[in-house]
Amino acid sequence: MTDLIGVAVLVGLLALLQWPLGTLLARAATSTRHLRVERAVYRVVGVAPDAQQSTRSYAGAVVAFSTLGVVLLTAILLMNRALPFSEGTAGMGFAGALSTAISFVTNTNWQWYSGEVALGYTAQAAGLTVQNFLSAAVGIAVAFVLVRALAAHRSATLGNFWVDITRITVRVLLPIAAVSAVLLIAGGVIQTLADPTTVTGVTGAAQTLPGGPVATQEAIKQLGTNGGGFFNANAAHPFENPTAWTNLLSMVLMLAIPFSLPRALGLILGNRRQGYAVLGAMTTLWVASAGLLIWAEHAAGGLAPTAAGAALEGKETRFGLTASALYAASTTGTSTGSVNAMHDSLTAPGGLIASASMGLGEIAPGGVGSGLYGMLVIAILAVFLAGLMVGRTPEIYGKRIRAAAMTRVALYTVATPVLVLAGFAATMAIPSLHSAVTQDGAHGVSSALYAYLSAGNNNGSAFGSFDSSGTPQLLLMGAVMLLGRFLPMLLVISLAGVLAREPRVPAGAGTMRTDGPLFTVLLVGVAVVVALLTYAPALALGPIAESLA
Amino acid sequence: MTTTTRPTGRSSAGRLGASFRATAHPRTVGAALRMLLVATVVLGILYPLAGVAVGALMPARAAGSLIEVDGTAVGSSLIGQAVEGDAWFHGRPSAVDNDAMASGGSNAGPNSPDLVAAIEERRAEVAAREGVDPASVPADAVTASASGLDPHISAAYAALQVERVARERGLEVEEVEALVAEATSGEPWLALGDATVNVTVLNASLAALG
Repeated sequence: MTDLIGVAVLVGLLALLQWPLGTLLARAATSTRHLRVERAVYRVVGVAPDAQQSTRSYAGAVVAFSTLGVVLLTAILLMNRALPFSEGTAGMGFAGALSTAISFVTNTNWQWYSGEVALGYTAQAAGLTVQNFLSAAVGIAVAFVLVRALAAHRSATLGNFWVDITRITVRVLLPIAAVSAVLLIAGGVIQTLADPTTVTGVTGAAQTLPGGPVATQEAIKQLGTNGGGFFNANAAHPFENPTAWTNLLSMVLMLAIPFSLPRALGLILGNRRQGYAVLGAMTTLWVASAGLLIWAEHAAGGLAPTAAGAALEGKETRFGLTASALYAASTTGTSTGSVNAMHDSLTAPGGLIASASMGLGEIAPGGVGSGLYGMLVIAILAVFLAGLMVGRTPEIYGKRIRAAAMTRVALYTVATPVLVLAGFAATMAIPSLHSAVTQDGAHGVSSALYAYLSAGNNNGSAFGSFDSSGTPQLLLMGAVMLLGRFLPMLLVISLAGVLAREPRVPAGAGTMRTDGPLFTVLLVGVAVVVALLTYAPALALGPIAESLA
Repeated sequence: MTTTTRPTGRSSAGRLGASFRATAHPRTVGAALRMLLVATVVLGILYPLAGVAVGALMPARAAGSLIEVDGTAVGSSLIGQAVEGDAWFHGRPSAVDNDAMASGGSNAGPNSPDLVAAIEERRAEVAAREGVDPASVPADAVTASASGLDPHISAAYAALQVERVARERGLEVEEVEALVAEATSGEPWLALGDATVNVTVLNASLAALG
């Protein structure tokens, strides 16, 4: 029971944080003023900050920036051994470097490698940490685009990409990450350029302790819902997450921006209740997922937890069952994918909830930016379905939803599931891909489904027994991560272009309210039904079969 | 970067071409490249280095929370160590043999027969070592941690080992219990996490006794 106090503290902190952070995000999205440091960035980069971009121009900037990001990061990872502070690490081959670069640029951060074995300090900091910031900024920027389009009246433009990512980084990500990094260092997360040190342990066995600029990477890894660990064990590693309170801070960081964006939505739309309705749906799904996961881990079903007396395999003593389960629900609900417990060893119902949480499409509360635009797509789907039932033209936030918008929403809804299920099916059917599955029976099926739910939804957590280090898997996962990020993202930008051109009409007598609890219920219902219809058969083959075993 | 309105009557192929031109436009590509370079310098070099500078103000923490016995570093208070022999407290099983340069868990599934066999084997081993009923061996003693570097055990698993350690070292049980109490975390922080005993710290304090 006392564990629930900890859960309540987390909820309380998030409720307090979303107020100022939502305001900050709304200002970053709409302010017409530029900070001095931002002007300096625009000068160096060579962009006119007050110019407005069309749909094509904005989408083009996203694609160009991300493509070059992949190229640059691939090059940095390939050069690992030649960089300073490489610490004798092994580096990566081309397929591994490319897949990893895609993984970090798409905000997935799937780890097929062990950070401490593969990469030196420079590759981690100047390569991976940079994309931890930038991929998060791009996600939030696209959410800004959609929200501004919903608030616009007959507009042909969507904003300025360079201004968006600069402001998000300068005003939101960097200050919070810097403060958090200091807190993490105080908690015991290492931050050093010193070589690994070898000591003779207490009882005589030699032990080598790693070094590295970990805290600065850890802070943005959580805040940006990235999730790629400095070390193989990710946030279960004592040097990434040493105590119960750094663990709480980690959860606050990964949930803070996703839970604050609905307030930004409400502020920009000029009706804070619109934001609360969306926030309510995100919160409901997250609370349900966390509650079920905490229950599942405490219930300790399955042969191994029964044999041991508790589901502690793959969990750290300092976190215990509740904080491990709460973290698992948060990291799969936010598209972060960092882990403080090994998801492979979760109980079968626990693994099912974690899988389903990603299958919702990362909206509970979702990744930074992607959670909000994912939920807004669900919202449009919801008003469309409700409109069908009463026979009226659907509208949302004063925007009529016509065929052009609905086509994009439909494609968005289908895109990720097609990628997930195709990758899963290919892995099960093709021997060179199937060799990644190292566990027998239903659990092996679960590990492959989890892998592609994670890659397609840009989560990045894994059932660690799934060995994706072979070239065919690296390339297929790379393709799924890339398409799973940018197909939905470009559809959202295109949708924003369509919606921005629509006039904003005042609500009429037949308008369905979108700012109350009824709409929250509708959002949750539509999200759950869509996910269930999509993934129930696949889940039945893996985690559901395991749960019933 | 300029305001454009969508021309009417364009074919979809034309729109696709325009999208591609927007991506490949030299001004877009140049801006993207310069933005990436600025970000790499500021976020990838200056920010981590500033963190290292702050870390230098808290060297005990930033360098890995090293603990010393007789002036020599013997490990990190945050990292579990491999333990041999009956004169010491034993930590949790580790899937990576406490190799701090290769962290990780077993990744065995909840119904894995191998894992069940390993759990039974560990239970018998611990019960024999401590001379207790196998049913009294706590769950953390028979399960591998997530990191393979977990320094902590439950209070129950520590209590199980006190008598053996006291006997092997010729100490009073109360003396060892006092050391265990010193290595026990206080109330779990805001009730998230459990009260735990740090085995690395505990064994170091045993070592310091000589």
